[in-house]
Amino acid sequence: MLSLESITKTTQDWLFAKFSPQIALTIECVIVILLAITLFAVLGLVLVLLERKVAARIQIRLGPNRVGPGGIFQTAADTLKLIMKEGLTPDAADKFLFNLAPFIVMMVAMLLLAPIAFAKNFQIWDINIGVLYISSVSSLSVIGILMAGWASNNKYSLLGAMRSGAQIVSYELSAGFAVLTIVVLTGSLQISDIVAAQENGWWLFKGHIPVIIAFVLYIIAVTAETNRAPFDLAEAESELTAGFHTEYSGMKFALFFLAEYINIFIVCAIGATLFLGGWMPLHIGHWENFNHVMDYIPSSVWFMVKTFFLIFLIMWFRWTFPRLRVDQLLNLEWKYLLPISLFNLLLVTVIAIMGWYF
Amino acid sequence: MFLKDYISEVYNGVSSLLKGMRKTGYYFTHSKEIITEQYPDNRATLKLADRFKGEVVMPHDENNEHTCTGCTACELACPNGTIKIITKFDITPEGKKKKAIDAFIYRLEMCTLCNLCVAACPSDAIKMAPNFEHSVFDRSKLTKILNNPGSKIKEGIE
Repeated sequence: MLSLESITKTTQDWLFAKFSPQIALTIECVIVILLAITLFAVLGLVLVLLERKVAARIQIRLGPNRVGPGGIFQTAADTLKLIMKEGLTPDAADKFLFNLAPFIVMMVAMLLLAPIAFAKNFQIWDINIGVLYISSVSSLSVIGILMAGWASNNKYSLLGAMRSGAQIVSYELSAGFAVLTIVVLTGSLQISDIVAAQENGWWLFKGHIPVIIAFVLYIIAVTAETNRAPFDLAEAESELTAGFHTEYSGMKFALFFLAEYINIFIVCAIGATLFLGGWMPLHIGHWENFNHVMDYIPSSVWFMVKTFFLIFLIMWFRWTFPRLRVDQLLNLEWKYLLPISLFNLLLVTVIAIMGWYF
Repeated sequence: MFLKDYISEVYNGVSSLLKGMRKTGYYFTHSKEIITEQYPDNRATLKLADRFKGEVVMPHDENNEHTCTGCTACELACPNGTIKIITKFDITPEGKKKKAIDAFIYRLEMCTLCNLCVAACPSDAIKMAPNFEHSVFDRSKLTKILNNPGSKIKEGIE
């Protein structure tokens, strides 16, 4: 059967048979880089269109429907426009940092792609500290945002960047605790182990109450971490024009925009891996026939369906809830999410020790 | 007591957020709720709100009769001189003279569609119509005479 696993294996065998190990490895790296860039470009186009369509449907509108059938080429046309626009650098800006910031944000998004398991045995880098790597690297993206805000030499940009800093520092905590509940249950930080542990049922079902609480906390925390509404204080169009990317235009703006959507994809992919079983098909206990039917659906399809379900959930939040004030934002984290997640971690530890999960 | 308040606060917050999500989720799944009109494409089937105000018209019935008595209440009510009524005297069958309108002049280019003339009319002779495609090549075409040629006042309207 043709699967991503067999394709990668055939390619690797062929490369190592043809070339010396060093050259084969270099070629593999180039292929991976090309695939990652292609994935980013496609994801950017698809997610922006999806967001606009979802927003339109929720606001009882039609959304883009003029460029191509059903408006499917709208985002491609927008990207073409952004490429042709001038990338202006303000005179008073710190030119080096100003031009570096979008690339830092983009690089962080790219680094996060490494430990994600897209399908069965289809993973760039299966490190033994996968979850730790994700939570540490994802907090680096705030550096890019702070850099953009500071280097723009613009009061709106600086305010937006500072808000973003406060936000990510606080919400990192509850996202970390939510991830820890799964680590406690699995007993491993490796992504492939976490996925393998969900073979007879996803953690969301197996871990019942504490994992459901952790899942809700995780979704709230990553919505805040990716700077999306209702936590989009860093951009806050109505207050700060465009927040940290006020001064950006052309392709540099497009990189920020793309990085936002790539980050959404990545956090949703991680959420799907931790709570919804990653590429693992839906298996219910000992229903052999049902499990067998589910196995026929390719693992990559399972992964994408779960990830896009979570992405849809986050888009749904964005077009339903109003934006929080800064004090409300920090209240929510320090007075509600953090105590609840600490208590939840205790609960899940008790459950893991007593073996009260399925 | 503190814990009870805390839990009820969390519960109320979550339930109100879920209520909002239910509403938007309903809109997302029900495409019949979409209210967008794709205007130039659906000109024939365009649906406008009943209260839409596009221009002032004077309805005539099948006998080419209107209900305007020429009282000029609308002319007086108009804040920017949009309406000008020229009256004449008709001879009734009994030989009496009766006041009637000769021309109801309506200048669309000066009209702000404020509806004051329609509200002022004692005999409901004029009303707002939903037609909004008013562009013409000559400004003078916007000055309209609302009563049809040869029309007369309906029987029994004073």
